[in-house]
Amino acid sequence: MHIPDGFIDLPTSATVGALAAAGIALSLSGARKSLDEKSAPLAGLTATFIFAVQMLNFPVAAGTSGHLLGGALAAVLVGPYAATLALSVVLLMQAFLFADGGLSALGLNIFNMSLLGVWVGYGTFLLCRKVLKKTKASVVLAAAFAAFLSVPAAAIGFVIQYAIGGNATYSVTTVLAGMVSTHILIGIGEAVITGMAISAVLASRPDLVYGWKPTANNLEIRKAQV
Amino acid sequence: MSNKKFFTFALVLCLGLAGGASFYASSQPDGLEKVAEDVGFIETAEDNANADTPLLDYEVSGVENDRISKGLAGVIGVLGTAAVSGGLFLLIRRKSSATSK
Repeated sequence: MHIPDGFIDLPTSATVGALAAAGIALSLSGARKSLDEKSAPLAGLTATFIFAVQMLNFPVAAGTSGHLLGGALAAVLVGPYAATLALSVVLLMQAFLFADGGLSALGLNIFNMSLLGVWVGYGTFLLCRKVLKKTKASVVLAAAFAAFLSVPAAAIGFVIQYAIGGNATYSVTTVLAGMVSTHILIGIGEAVITGMAISAVLASRPDLVYGWKPTANNLEIRKAQV
Repeated sequence: MSNKKFFTFALVLCLGLAGGASFYASSQPDGLEKVAEDVGFIETAEDNANADTPLLDYEVSGVENDRISKGLAGVIGVLGTAAVSGGLFLLIRRKSSATSK
């Protein structure tokens, strides 16, 4: 999913890069309000975990692999603003340290994975949580479905960028069909990894999970500490 | 689970995944790369401006053993990401006024 230099022309990369920068600026002010002393370390851990798991490409179809993007996972764990920042840090490290993803394409990659992946994932998560029962199992299910949709959403982000400023002239419809069908398969892996990770944190430290807290605080019956 | 236990376990897990398990990851092209090959626009890909990084392709240049080279690159990436993101989030977090130690 990391776009290399050359796929998309410079004017488009610069324009999308400006949008990505605006998204990061908004997220910085949003995260300033939402992160406290308890959630800030989890946001750092989330970025670190996503970096590690993005190295683990899994096979999806003949000759193709995929890896976690992590947008929905991060949004459910630490909220959408901190998630956007976490994903952006991961993409910056990958581009500058490992030359994974082009430097001129950094804005494109941030737009697709840190903005589209996170916000489509978060929106889907909120909608699912609304219709499901308020249990931990539904939070896991909602997160997994959100993760599934966030991957084709990020892939469509690339197709739009290709349609506007692709340096090649192959048909946009062909690119769209290829990107969506492949990334629906990768989305299944995304859903499985996200579901497992959210379950693990809900089992050990439910108080840290952003997507669980709003209901938990109202419903929890606290026993006196002895 | 205590904070210390939770974060220590998680960091060790990240180091294990990036430093050990990554050796077994699929090396097939990813979704975008495969589509680019199939459709044909892979030909427009250019070398990254910093393609001379000693950590290109998640390997440490000069380290002969594949397992060590990849594992070391993963450990560097995990520690680097933890340092940068940890620093950023600690810097922007809301300081709680209730702490009166």
